Amino acid sequence: MKCEEAGHLCDRSQYKEASFWEKLKLNIHLLYCSACRAYTKNNIKLSNVFKKSNLKTMPLNDKKDLKEIIHQEMSK
Amino acid sequence: MSNNQLNPNLWVDKYSDYLFNFTIVRVNDSEITKDLISETFLAGLKSKDNFKGEASERTWLISILKRKIIDHYRKINSNKVKAEVRITYSNEESEGNWLEESVSDPYDKNAEDLILNSELGTAMHNCLDHLNEKHALIFKMKTIDNFDTEAICKEFNISPSNLWVIIHRARKAMADCLNENWF
Repeated sequence: MKCEEAGHLCDRSQYKEASFWEKLKLNIHLLYCSACRAYTKNNIKLSNVFKKSNLKTMPLNDKKDLKEIIHQEMSK
Repeated sequence: MSNNQLNPNLWVDKYSDYLFNFTIVRVNDSEITKDLISETFLAGLKSKDNFKGEASERTWLISILKRKIIDHYRKINSNKVKAEVRITYSNEESEGNWLEESVSDPYDKNAEDLILNSELGTAMHNCLDHLNEKHALIFKMKTIDNFDTEAICKEFNISPSNLWVIIHRARKAMADCLNENWF
């Protein structure tokens, strides 16, 4: 497996979208590839920090409403 | 230095998530949050001639928002005077200290957590700002809102492999940026 694919599988597994076999393949690759190990470590850290931060986004409908409000106010 | 300019057409895309997070941890209600942000934008539009360009657009909007939040606190505090305090328990089975129980909230975050989180949140928003706008939007939908890959692809009319390339670049950029500024 190439590093490019390993990186892709690692990304997918951050979103729980990697299958069992894909994760196995990734882990075997990680055994002998230190670059991908480093990437995986950072990637997991990033996922954790997103969990910890409890960051939210404004609901899409609210954004649409606000855009409309601004648009109306500007065309006055 | 006065090269900062206001561009209200982009306010929602660029700042609404940042303002939303800033407000929701302080007022804890998404409807009120939306109202306060909408008031902020309107106040910003009204006083946009006063913007001297010394601060960034975002800092300027936050300073307006802060005043709106304080106004909101004042308003709910003046309502509190009228609130009735019930000292007795509703049934006999419950025992204990009513005052302590009603004041303490075991699920509430402590102040330190809140500060740490808001600093971390700021660091993350700063890093998100460095991403290309569309990529940031896609990344946030996937990572924060947990949208399905399929739904995002449909919304932006891209293929799944496009999506994963965008996610990969965004994750790399975010990790590098946070490594420099937070970890």
